[in-house]
Amino acid sequence: MNVADLEQAIIRVHHEEWARVVASLTRRFGDLDVAEEAAAEAFATAVERWPAEGVPPNPGAWLTTTANRKAIDRIRRENKRDDKHKEAQMVYDDDPPEPLGAVDDDRLRLIFTCCHPALAMQARLALTLRMVGGLTVPEIARAFLVTESAMGQRITRAKAKIKAARIPYRVPSAEDLPARVTGVLAVLFLVFNEGYLATGPDTDPVRHDLTAEAIRLTRLIRGLLPDDGEVAGLLALMLLTEARRTARVSGSGELVPLAEQDRGAWDATLIAEGHRLVRERLAAAAAGVAPGRYQILATINAVYTSARDMRDTDWSQVLALYDQLVRLDPSPIIALNRAIAVAELDGPEVGLAAVDRLEHRLAAYHAYHATRADLLRRLGRSQQSRAAYDKAIELAGNTAETAYLTRRRDQLR
Amino acid sequence: MQYLISVIHDQAGLATPEEDAAIDVFNERLQAEGNWVFAGGLASPDTATIIDNRGEEALVTDGPFIESKEYLAGFWIIEAPDLDVALALATEGSKACNRKIEVRPFQ
Repeated sequence: MNVADLEQAIIRVHHEEWARVVASLTRRFGDLDVAEEAAAEAFATAVERWPAEGVPPNPGAWLTTTANRKAIDRIRRENKRDDKHKEAQMVYDDDPPEPLGAVDDDRLRLIFTCCHPALAMQARLALTLRMVGGLTVPEIARAFLVTESAMGQRITRAKAKIKAARIPYRVPSAEDLPARVTGVLAVLFLVFNEGYLATGPDTDPVRHDLTAEAIRLTRLIRGLLPDDGEVAGLLALMLLTEARRTARVSGSGELVPLAEQDRGAWDATLIAEGHRLVRERLAAAAAGVAPGRYQILATINAVYTSARDMRDTDWSQVLALYDQLVRLDPSPIIALNRAIAVAELDGPEVGLAAVDRLEHRLAAYHAYHATRADLLRRLGRSQQSRAAYDKAIELAGNTAETAYLTRRRDQLR
Repeated sequence: MQYLISVIHDQAGLATPEEDAAIDVFNERLQAEGNWVFAGGLASPDTATIIDNRGEEALVTDGPFIESKEYLAGFWIIEAPDLDVALALATEGSKACNRKIEVRPFQ
């Protein structure tokens, strides 16, 4: 095996095995800190030894064994095997809750612990990327534009709270499961969105590392909870969005709106997979299972990605789906997107009236002003459009979006 | 594992008879299910006295240590195997006493 192949093999093993190693050590030692450090040491040992010794036939088992030894060494070293340490161990159930019907996997416990509602959202994101995703602290710090020491502290504080307050290492009961899965999906969706619409003047407009990581983790959860419709919905939504990634930013770093995207540049494989998942959920919906918000959002994106061009898009279908979504989620951002569908179906004037009704709730949201600017431009109301573009540019945080809005504004007559 | 459940008072007026009755029902449940350690309601913060005996002489001051619109009105100490159980109980406690609640583990 040459150096490049070996490097690839180690990256692949890291992707496939990191969460499993951390999860199994957390269960054995009842301590996230010990598990994280030992897993990191085991991977470092692999990087040292595999070039000479070759990749072992079962790399996962090799890593778990090595990490176990490292953890025991550390515990011996720190002489932590006293009663106090035992008392501080995390609590977990040996029996998975019966009605779950999913494989019992330590990784699932790990995900639910990292996404526990008693932790702040920012802590959940960081902890999930570190413990489940295997990203390093510097990588996560870069992703969220904070210093390494601030990110390190955030993760340390979260781990300390898990230990001190005894946040359990457990798959929630069937009764709590839907709400807790929703919480996990919210974390993954935030990671994806931060990658998809990266904010900050010095970041790339699309952070493929974050979108890819969010998709990878959602796939993992899909494997663990194959019957959960919202997990399938979120995965489909991510895939259908990711499929358009390269078409969404021009060569000059400008955002390209849906209507102007080169549909030939979309990733057909991702779209096919997304459509397959949406069809699976539509079949479930036809059988009487009410879809949640991610499934509806995925279906909307399936409609977009099925059309040959913007005009060919089935806007009445999109509007019907947004109507369904508004009933589940009364957020003004959903209402704004619904208004965009209204504008495509009934014209910019009707759309603008619907958008204007959201002013008191969305005045600080760049997309509200960008949408108004576009509709006003289409109505020939250049002066008002210019003012709306100004406001949108002032509020937008994404470099590609700012570039696009600026060009549009400067093209106004 | 023990947790302190603090009842945070942030509205006018004391507990109503309905709230008192609901608290009684909740307390009985805690006792029946083995989660009960201790609980109590506190008199208003105006009745508090501060003592500071870190120096040469003990200083006695009238009033609560912090003037605030939100104050501790009472507490439970419960026994629970983990935070999920403690949070589930605290959720019911908040409903019973009709107040905001803080859950904090003992060391």
